Amino acid sequence: MKRAAPIACVLAGLHLVVVLAGFVAPYDPIAQTRALPFAPPVRLHFFDAAGGFHLRPFVYALAPDPNNFDAYIEDTTRRFPVQMMMSGASYRLAPGVESRLHLFGVEEPARLSILGTDGFGRDVLSRLLHGGRVSIGAGLVATFCALLIGVAFGTLAGFFGGRLDTALMRAADLFMAIPWLYLLFAVRAALPLHLDTRTTFLLLVAVLGIVGWARPARLVRGIVLSARERTYVTAARGFGATPGYLLRRHILPQTVGVVLTQAGLLVPQYILGEVTLSFLGLGVGEPTPSWGVMLGNLQQYSVLTSYWWMFAPAVALVAVAISYHALTSIAHERMRLVTN
Amino acid sequence: MRRVGSILVVALLSSLPLGAAAPASVARGEEVLVERSTSGTHGGRLVVALRAEPRTLNPAAAADAPSKEVIGRMTADLIHIDRSSQMTEAALASQWKRSADGREYTLTLRKGIRFSDGHPFDADDVVFTFRVLLDERTGAPQRDLLVVGGQPVRVSKVDEYTVKVTMSQPYAAAERLFDSMAILPQHLLKDAYEKGAMGQIWSVATPPAAIAGLGPYRLKEYVAGQRLVLERNPYYWKTDSARRRLPYIDELVFLFTGNEDVQVIRFQSGDSDVLSRASADNFAVLARDQGAQRYQLKDLGPSLEYNFLFFNQNDLSGKNLPQVAAKQQWFGDLGFRRAVSRAIDREAVARLVYRGRAVPLWGNVSPGNRLWVNTSIPRLPRSISEARTILTSSGFSWRPDGTLIDRQGRSVAFTIVTSSSSAQRTEMATLIQADLKELGMNVQIVPLEFRALVDRVFQTFDYDASILGLGGGDADPNGEMNVWLSSGSNHLWRLGQKTPATPWEAEVDRLMEKQLITLDSRERKRLFDRVQTIVAEQLPFIFLAAPHILVGARADLGNFQPAVLDHYTLWNVERMFFRPELRSDRR
Repeated sequence: MKRAAPIACVLAGLHLVVVLAGFVAPYDPIAQTRALPFAPPVRLHFFDAAGGFHLRPFVYALAPDPNNFDAYIEDTTRRFPVQMMMSGASYRLAPGVESRLHLFGVEEPARLSILGTDGFGRDVLSRLLHGGRVSIGAGLVATFCALLIGVAFGTLAGFFGGRLDTALMRAADLFMAIPWLYLLFAVRAALPLHLDTRTTFLLLVAVLGIVGWARPARLVRGIVLSARERTYVTAARGFGATPGYLLRRHILPQTVGVVLTQAGLLVPQYILGEVTLSFLGLGVGEPTPSWGVMLGNLQQYSVLTSYWWMFAPAVALVAVAISYHALTSIAHERMRLVTN
Repeated sequence: MRRVGSILVVALLSSLPLGAAAPASVARGEEVLVERSTSGTHGGRLVVALRAEPRTLNPAAAADAPSKEVIGRMTADLIHIDRSSQMTEAALASQWKRSADGREYTLTLRKGIRFSDGHPFDADDVVFTFRVLLDERTGAPQRDLLVVGGQPVRVSKVDEYTVKVTMSQPYAAAERLFDSMAILPQHLLKDAYEKGAMGQIWSVATPPAAIAGLGPYRLKEYVAGQRLVLERNPYYWKTDSARRRLPYIDELVFLFTGNEDVQVIRFQSGDSDVLSRASADNFAVLARDQGAQRYQLKDLGPSLEYNFLFFNQNDLSGKNLPQVAAKQQWFGDLGFRRAVSRAIDREAVARLVYRGRAVPLWGNVSPGNRLWVNTSIPRLPRSISEARTILTSSGFSWRPDGTLIDRQGRSVAFTIVTSSSSAQRTEMATLIQADLKELGMNVQIVPLEFRALVDRVFQTFDYDASILGLGGGDADPNGEMNVWLSSGSNHLWRLGQKTPATPWEAEVDRLMEKQLITLDSRERKRLFDRVQTIVAEQLPFIFLAAPHILVGARADLGNFQPAVLDHYTLWNVERMFFRPELRSDRR
């Protein structure tokens, strides 16, 4: 049997970094450094130009090559050692808590762009971390919405059966048949032009969640249906247990396995959903970063072929999705062992 | 090596189109135009990738760029603007004379020349063409240009090879009017015209035999969704200095691609031979890949196109748009527009959006238009402090958190709509968004599908601000009439005015009308300079940048002389040829 702890740790670490994006990211994700468009990832040095070794890594400031738009020359006259716990651009750690402390950085004019910059000279790593907040946040919240509705409807349908069951399950069929991408296009077109980032984010989450409840609802309904007929449930009912007690005590605990597996599958799926929508221009708008917005740059042939570091969000996306899937499959195995 | 060579020869031979019509020898009495200092070799096929499929081959209906691109190669005009010198030159009219009062032009046509189907050309075709174009039932887009001072021009036949064109008032640079007015064959179209069916003729699917023109090429084949093939017009009326009939290249193939990126990829891979206009980003990709020296790339310098930010100042009475109407108080305020203009980093637009292959603009005429640009327009550098001073004197102030508020205490926030198909304009908007943030303005960017954008700007007026580009047609100010006249169809910031809304718009109207009938070119320049000055002061458009024209072609394409006027690369296609000594081994 695989071990869940390392994967869970990786996943928790990823989420922690994203939650603390303001602290971990060295720069403001929307600040443009117009002198440095498409600067490649900065090189960390241990040896200076004279060949001297330095234990603490350092970088050199980049000067644009006057003959070439996206070429840069390292100015080796001065070293800029990487510093930990440095003061920099202000950010909001939590609602109402402003901070200027960053995990690492270098002194100006050098820049510690570990993943390079985009076409406006914005730091890709900072955008990646802040963008992760939007993308992963959308995935988690949308999953929560979908499961909440799904479990509620699935339990009602399975437990009470009859017309309610038929109505809910036909509705589920309908929702599964809806081409949700086009639904979103339609919803976006019907709304006013000017939507701020928060509204757009909530809209995204709402649409993803509302459309996605059908599958978990069906699965939960199946489990509730079978659990309802178990002998101990019938016995409890015989002793006069109320429906509320039966659900709470005997039936819902049976669904936990399915709900957790569904969650593990839905989160990466919805993160991908956000990426797709932002890629198509339906997500949060410039300048707010999200992984989809960042990957949208790759629609341009020149970016696609010239700047490999612009793929960073794709790598992050794959890492998150794989971790979730791995954790889900382990959880699934364990649950099966438990139920058997 | 020898074997490779012989395979090459076979490949080359097999790629030559079989049965291409051989050029007819020049007949006695045929008044051909001899292109001096032009020599080349016949043969080969030139492949061009179009961004979209042409909608029609009807010169009296084409409005989209791909259609015009193809039709331009199949037709000819009476007097032509040489794209490289930007001056007029003889075409189907071998000479012309202006009357002393500037109202009458007498054009002498070339004798003995033929349409691409062999039918002779004469004055009747010219008279017929203008009758068709001026007929309102035809709905030709050229009609507006042919209405001078409210009256359509009159074209009458004097004799078989002479026509007279009369206008109701003197018209400056009237000979430029004839450029791109394709002459139609009366013998093929008379019936359709009399039946009132000019709108339906010559679709892309029309059999080649039913289409004829006076251009260097004629239709050979059309494959829906894939390509359109033109073959040489064996009767074309131009020859080279050795009196060999042009064009040199046997076939012209237009491939249909979806967008600019595909166009560039096909050029890069050698599927197409000419790249008409590349973005600076793609140009950089090609330049980096040039190791193989398979193609020549040219930066022709600033185009005539100007990109600008503008605010919705339309009259919204009768429209239910309270939100936009409330913001128009700002948009109509010159101080607000001046502050926005001062805050925008135009150098960054030129450098980041166009990689330096653009010039920042402060007026409506690009430096690419050397004859007409007013160089005295101040090029005010970016200054946030100046912009703040201007805003303060216009009654704006700031909240403690830096948000800009107007006299009523409303925070200044608006949306810029851009076309989602133009990455450049969305990038400009992103730069402007950050620039205006420094003034405390909250700007949102909404990329829209191009048609939705056009609908908002021209019909519903449901937008705050937008970024668009204009220009690129002719260098002459007459081409700009529809933008600057207050009644003009492209007077974007305030459309559909019956009378000028502001005194300065009234003055621009007067100046533009006056330059139209002024024959002295220095006086015209003075009038148009004044228009440029007023526009730069009043800022109905906040000008951003004029991109360079970036083009490319196969290395072995001879006489490739791209120009900053449309059509940038194929304007002299009849003179292009493949240099055998350089013939690349790509095909």
